[in-house]
Amino acid sequence: MIDGTSAFLEGVVRTATPLAFAALGETVTERSGIINIGLEGSIIAGALGAVVGAGYGGVWAGFAFAAVCGCAVAAIFALFAVTLRADQIISGTAVTLLALGGTGTLYRVLYGSAGAALNTPTLDPASIPLLSRIPVVGRALFVQPSITYVLYVLVPVVMWWTYRTHAGLGLRAIGENPAAATAAGIRAKKVQFLAVLFGGLLGGISGGTLVLAQAGTFVEGMSAGRGFIAIAIVVLGRWNPLGAALAALVFGAASALQFFFQATGSNLPYQLFLAFPYVLTLVALAATHGRTNSPAALGRQDFEQS
Amino acid sequence: MTETMAFVVDMLVHATPLVITGLAVALAFRAGVWNIGADGQFIAGATAAAWVGVSVPAGIGWLALIIALVAGVIAGAIWAAIAAWLRSRFGVLEVISTIMLNFIATYGASFLVRGPLQEPTHVYPQTSGIVSGAHMPILLRGTRLHWGFVIAVALAVIAWWVMKYSATGFRVRASGVNPFAARSAGLIDVSRVTAFAFVASGAIAGMAGAIEVSGVTFALYENISPGYGYTAIAVALLAGLNPLGVIGTGILFGALETAAGTMQRNIGIPSTTASVIEAIVILAVIAVAQLRANRVTTSA
Repeated sequence: MIDGTSAFLEGVVRTATPLAFAALGETVTERSGIINIGLEGSIIAGALGAVVGAGYGGVWAGFAFAAVCGCAVAAIFALFAVTLRADQIISGTAVTLLALGGTGTLYRVLYGSAGAALNTPTLDPASIPLLSRIPVVGRALFVQPSITYVLYVLVPVVMWWTYRTHAGLGLRAIGENPAAATAAGIRAKKVQFLAVLFGGLLGGISGGTLVLAQAGTFVEGMSAGRGFIAIAIVVLGRWNPLGAALAALVFGAASALQFFFQATGSNLPYQLFLAFPYVLTLVALAATHGRTNSPAALGRQDFEQS
Repeated sequence: MTETMAFVVDMLVHATPLVITGLAVALAFRAGVWNIGADGQFIAGATAAAWVGVSVPAGIGWLALIIALVAGVIAGAIWAAIAAWLRSRFGVLEVISTIMLNFIATYGASFLVRGPLQEPTHVYPQTSGIVSGAHMPILLRGTRLHWGFVIAVALAVIAWWVMKYSATGFRVRASGVNPFAARSAGLIDVSRVTAFAFVASGAIAGMAGAIEVSGVTFALYENISPGYGYTAIAVALLAGLNPLGVIGTGILFGALETAAGTMQRNIGIPSTTASVIEAIVILAVIAVAQLRANRVTTSA
């Protein structure tokens, strides 16, 4: 039984990791007042980038290239949503569509007309001495692919940066009161552009994690709505980096349930488990109603006029 | 039949769901509702129509078609109503909720065609064929072009008239352009108007699904929509959210999808390229609109 629980918790952390990366990046983006619906596009671009990069220089080159690809997609979004001040929702939707179609096309061009199954090297779980021997949660938290440990370091760093540095204050100021922030000499567009790029970078790593720590291959549309779930996680985590990471665990659990029930030979239809994370997203968004503290200027188009 | 003729027929068959879902998106966007869920509403409508089509007795004739279409409309409306309710009651962003509902609809349809609604031999993940009374009549003898295309054009004309000349259309437009002004100056119950537009948008998308089942597939499959709801966004935006324009842009994208299919078969250009083109169209449209708007702001 202890093995069952332990395996389930390991699965929770494993499936939560890509969601947490994406949600952490989107938290920073949204703090600047920009909602990037194109995050899904960064994730799928990161997934394809990971395959390409890993083909040249192994797992870590894969992650590096994934981050670059995620960033590039986010740059397209930023060009429209930040530089041109176009509608963020439409820009984001278009960028997602572009990246989903573009990765599908590129994959077939690069790896054959049918997109032949291609295997990349993957990260093996690395055990951290002592910590991994903590009862119950030790294995789940500390016998993971090393990219998960990068996340453990990144969450407090982003937390510190957002709340304890001058630059972090500037970022939050733009999201709350762009007029005041601009008057105080903060260059709104520049900060927002960088915040979108950072979100895309982590979105790319999120996609890289799907390939290099989980699937070991690229499948068209494998991001499967994680970008949108991550946006819900940001809400659930109340625009707080640590909150986002913890909320990601809830969604990790929802996905891991699927493997758990399959292992126990349940008769429930598998589509029920596949659909569960999406249902949970709706319930979570409804449940957090009225208790949120979203950046006041989130999603606004009229920064300069306010 | 000549090759050109075959292409035109294919184009119009492809255009039918795109025109109708494009209308659904245009209506929602006009009201300021970001309904990205036409895909899920389409699937809901297709599912309901197929369910009716395999369940009704064959003896009722063409009544089966009417019931199937009505069922599709209702199912699409209900699917959109979930998101509309989440928005008005809990303030849930409809962009997220409609996309989540797209995934849920996809898995729901997958469950039905592999479970309760699967064809009797239990070999293929699809329903049995719908009764012949539920088939949409053919428009052009000897082709697959069906009356659904005429319905699509008629819907567009009706939507255009309603948006332009009726009080309801005015309220919808006013709520979309500036909800605050509409509320304070025009005594418009904005949340009610937007909820209405949202549900109506879902009903239209649901009808597209029902027409697809009754006119093209005659059964429910997994992946019955290759992403019509997303293409619909490009269709609607390129038409400037004008219902009459949607007829033209829907046909344009129908041609694009037909050509993409042909190119994939003949010279191996992936059909996913079509969605890249759609995305570029959307981005080009908003870039042009935005550059124009920015110039007006700076010169004023």
